[in-house]
Amino acid sequence: MGSTGRMVVGAFGLVALAIGFLAVVFLTAPAAPGPDLARAKTSLKGLYSIAIAPESGEPKQGDLHSWVVTVTTRQGAPVDNASFTIGGGMPEHAHGLPTSPEATSYLGDGRYRIEGMKFSMTGWWQLKFGITAPAGADEATFNLVL
Amino acid sequence: MNRTSLRRLAMAVSLTALLGGCGQPEFTDVEKRTIALMSLSALAPLPPDPTNRFADDPGAAALGATLFFDTGMSRDGNVACGTCHKIDRQFQDDLPRGIGVAETNRRTMPLAGVARDPFFFWDGRRDSLWSQALVPLENPLEHAGTRTSYAHYIKRRFGERYERIFRPLPDLTGLPANAGPFGAPSERAAWAAMTEKQRDGVDLVFADIGKAMAAFERSLVHMPTRFDRFADALARGTAPAGDAALSEEEEAGLRLFIGKASCSTCHTGPRFTDNHFHNTGVPPVVGLPVDRGRIAVVDEVRADPFNCLGKFRDGDEEACGELRFMQKSSPELIRAYKTPSLRGVAGRAPYMHAGQFATLEQVVDHYAKAAASIEGETEIHPLQLSDRERAALVAFLKTLSD
Ligand code: HEC
Ligand code: HEC
Ligand SMILES: [Cu+2]
Repeated sequence: MGSTGRMVVGAFGLVALAIGFLAVVFLTAPAAPGPDLARAKTSLKGLYSIAIAPESGEPKQGDLHSWVVTVTTRQGAPVDNASFTIGGGMPEHAHGLPTSPEATSYLGDGRYRIEGMKFSMTGWWQLKFGITAPAGADEATFNLVL
Repeated sequence: MNRTSLRRLAMAVSLTALLGGCGQPEFTDVEKRTIALMSLSALAPLPPDPTNRFADDPGAAALGATLFFDTGMSRDGNVACGTCHKIDRQFQDDLPRGIGVAETNRRTMPLAGVARDPFFFWDGRRDSLWSQALVPLENPLEHAGTRTSYAHYIKRRFGERYERIFRPLPDLTGLPANAGPFGAPSERAAWAAMTEKQRDGVDLVFADIGKAMAAFERSLVHMPTRFDRFADALARGTAPAGDAALSEEEEAGLRLFIGKASCSTCHTGPRFTDNHFHNTGVPPVVGLPVDRGRIAVVDEVRADPFNCLGKFRDGDEEACGELRFMQKSSPELIRAYKTPSLRGVAGRAPYMHAGQFATLEQVVDHYAKAAASIEGETEIHPLQLSDRERAALVAFLKTLSD
């Protein structure tokens, strides 16, 4: 085999190796970084700390269920006169929540029960809480993947 | 070139081929998990219905079955629930629109597994199986009867059975043969002229008729099909064979259904439905009255005296979450209809809420085109589907029938 021939074969080999390597990287890399799944965060304008938790176990697709939302000031004092608007939906499907959840009772210590939540599909959901309390109005958005 | 580099080359090439996924495609682990969740064996047991304390009473179910097929339960003596919900036809009638005393504006819905739904009818205008049953009885296009006529009929034909299951019948002596809130003007006037106590007594018998029929309908279930045998074999890790096998075309259709065509976002789980309402851009039928779907019935279901928050519900209000927290005003409810189960779908053309499409090929064509909705926004996006892919989707849907 002449030197040009060797170089051609060698180049083929290199290209194949490179493709193989890329394939490994591509197929084993974690999927594109998902949304921020934190269940506790500071509200958008920084007025409140907000934490959310399902009331009884992780929600299942299609089940009507409740969440408990805990609202405290940045200093950690429970906020006990909050009212809520609750919205959200699936950003990738451009639809809203299938139900209209409501804050139905105050449980003390800045904790509120949100009833009527439902996730009718699997995938990425967003929950948007608007919070109005004596310190002012603010909002927070949480992501969930079912 | 020496041996080592040759071997290296060969290795790289075969590695690329392997990772690139050449040859017979296998289902990925994610796909396998999705498919396992679509098998009938993944269906949870039927939950109790605390709003109907006769829901699992065999006597009530037997009476409900009798009433379901009894043409005496209609104004002209010719219509029963079973006239449209035919027992040997998946409890539907193969017509674009159901025909009772006259033709209705909607496609008769099949009833297998219906007891699992939170809302009933294409637009979800009732919130329980028992309150649903009361609607056709008084609809002038269906059974066309009146409330007092049903109470008199129950007393005459099934009085003893009724009292054994439910409660003593109210005193019906002197009540008009035909009176009710939806009859002819004279019948409505007769209803208004009755005392409140008399109306309450008749309403209670009427609600019990619904509860007996609901108890019967709870027994209507889906039967496993070739798809379920396939899914179960896949979940066990054995190769689906014999009557559990899917052809290459059917497998391709399944892969499209849960993948590129995203059918399973709405037609999800073992019943192939998310029990929710969507605008999918299905065109209205020319000549029928304007039909706005779910948005038009939000007030109706909330005001229904037989709904979960009304006085005919058994048990406590805790069971009424679906009604209390239903979506009430979103633009997404415009021309939104219930996602139908796709089990048995190949055996019950025509399709959609008013029988708009005659074949599954037309249905798939509709999804590929994703035409705009006449009102509101369709949730369907156009799909590039080759002829082979369309045929594969249809082939897959047929595995839900045999
Ligand atoms: C004239 C034909 C006809 C008769 C008679 C009839 N139905 Fe129906 N049924 C339909 C049609 C059409 C629909 C859908 C109507 C709509 O969405 O407005 C339907 C819907 C239903 C549903 C809702 C299913 C679902 O998935 O939401 C149930 C349950 C049902 N019928 C039960 C009954 C019972 C019980 C009776 C007897 C009391 C009855 N039907 C009588 C035609 C009929
Ligand atoms: C956004 C939710 C959604 C998606 C995605 C979806 N469907 Fe549907 N499907 C529905 C709804 C809602 C109906 C009833 C619409 C109507 O009657 O107006 C329906 C009706 C049907 C019917 C008719 C069933 C019957 O009994 O009349 C078939 C078949 C069907 N879909 C198959 C598919 C296939 C195949 C795909 C993927 C290409 C798909 N669907 C994607 C929601 C959806
Ligand atoms: Cu979605």
